Amino acid sequence: MSVIKIPPVLRAATGGEKEVAAEGQNVRELLERLAAEHPATQSQLFAEDGELNRYVNVYLNDEDVRVLDGLETPVGGRDTLVILPAMAGG
Amino acid sequence: MSPSGAEFIRQIKSQIAQVDPGDVNEQLQSGNGNGSLAIIDVRESEEVERGLIPGAKHVPRGHLESRIEGAVPDRSQHVVLYCASGNRSALAAKTLEELGYENVESMTGGITLWKDRGFDVEVPRALTAEQRARYSRHLLLPEIGLEGQLKLLDAKVLLLGAGGLGSPTALYLAAAGVGTIGLVDDDEVDVSNLQRQVIHTTDRVGMPKVDSAEQSVKALNPGVEVMKHATRLDSSNIMEIIEGYDVIVDGVDNFPTRYLLNDASVRLRIPVVSASILGFDGQLSVFAPYDGPCYRCLYPTPPPAELAPSCGANGVLGVLPGTMGLLQATEVIKLVTGAGEPLIGRLVLYDALATTFTDLKVRRDPDCPICSREPGEISDEEMGVFPDYEAFCAAAG
Repeated sequence: MSVIKIPPVLRAATGGEKEVAAEGQNVRELLERLAAEHPATQSQLFAEDGELNRYVNVYLNDEDVRVLDGLETPVGGRDTLVILPAMAGG
Repeated sequence: MSPSGAEFIRQIKSQIAQVDPGDVNEQLQSGNGNGSLAIIDVRESEEVERGLIPGAKHVPRGHLESRIEGAVPDRSQHVVLYCASGNRSALAAKTLEELGYENVESMTGGITLWKDRGFDVEVPRALTAEQRARYSRHLLLPEIGLEGQLKLLDAKVLLLGAGGLGSPTALYLAAAGVGTIGLVDDDEVDVSNLQRQVIHTTDRVGMPKVDSAEQSVKALNPGVEVMKHATRLDSSNIMEIIEGYDVIVDGVDNFPTRYLLNDASVRLRIPVVSASILGFDGQLSVFAPYDGPCYRCLYPTPPPAELAPSCGANGVLGVLPGTMGLLQATEVIKLVTGAGEPLIGRLVLYDALATTFTDLKVRRDPDCPICSREPGEISDEEMGVFPDYEAFCAAAG
């Protein structure tokens, strides 16, 4: 099982969960599993074309998946996926 | 019978190598063989202030054993020691030999003879007695020291926002001796600010934040020059305001200004220490134009308003901007003094409830709309603009 870390602004969509365990072969499968379990996250993560929204950063462990293979980046059972939105509070 | 002090020094001198000032001067004049010669002044600080040999490093004899490795890490390097007349440097040479330094000489006649011969003397920039006392804990740190403290005193740091993040940053940078602190804020102190904006006080509610912050900064360190900009940054004034600052500290509370700041700072090649906070979470990174990624490489577009609530709408733990602001202040001091590894190309996430720090890598985006181009190619019209900018701003009100 991989772990998906949920940022504060998405926790309302996951019933307050900070971490969600999910299984999948790659980043896309993990995030789709998350969206299936917590449908409110679907529109926040994915654009209508099925790609990640441009304002959502996703890190596999400490590396941005955009510099890996994007949503097709393979994921191992001990990996952590970090969903990171920009914040502007000061 | 124990020898007299003078006899003891004579004995030491017979056991160590000595060098004439003329030979040392010749080596310096001939370019010092690529810095192969280390000249160490072992006198006290008050003596060094009146002048030292150009290029010499100061390691007072009283701290020789503990500090020489910082000044001369390589024990095989050629070291020439000097003092006022050649006695203390002889004793110091003996000590260095005992510490394993292989090629040590004491300069005969010290700087007195050096001056008599008419060789060059450099009068170093010095701290006042008050500054030496105030910054004494910095001066003790090899990573800061006198050189680092002088850099801090010369530094001009601009704080965007005298609010949650700006409060601790301004106070600690002032305490650290940053010579010029600029403050940009068009707001007034409100009682709801005081849960976290510790630079302001209850009796200053209603006062412009830049004035209130200036009072606190001056009370803490009257030597700091405060430049007040009681305005809101926009595309018409940003270049003028930020130009000339060495480092910018971004603690603004909205996305349009963050993008605008990014674009202007890339154009002017000024590093930005950026933090943001919400609830119990903080983010921190350093954006150094062309050395590392910029804000747009990390966040090409801002999230829609429903995913980007403000602290005013969402709430924020009062201590959190203290934590994040002080991490910013630390990065500023590192950038100014050159100490350590600045947080360039990395993003730190702080979760106060879990007490976790997460370190993520941030890469330069080769297709970045701003920093993939030369500064001169970025136009005024593009600054601060992002996809769906108008819709974003309309939604944000």
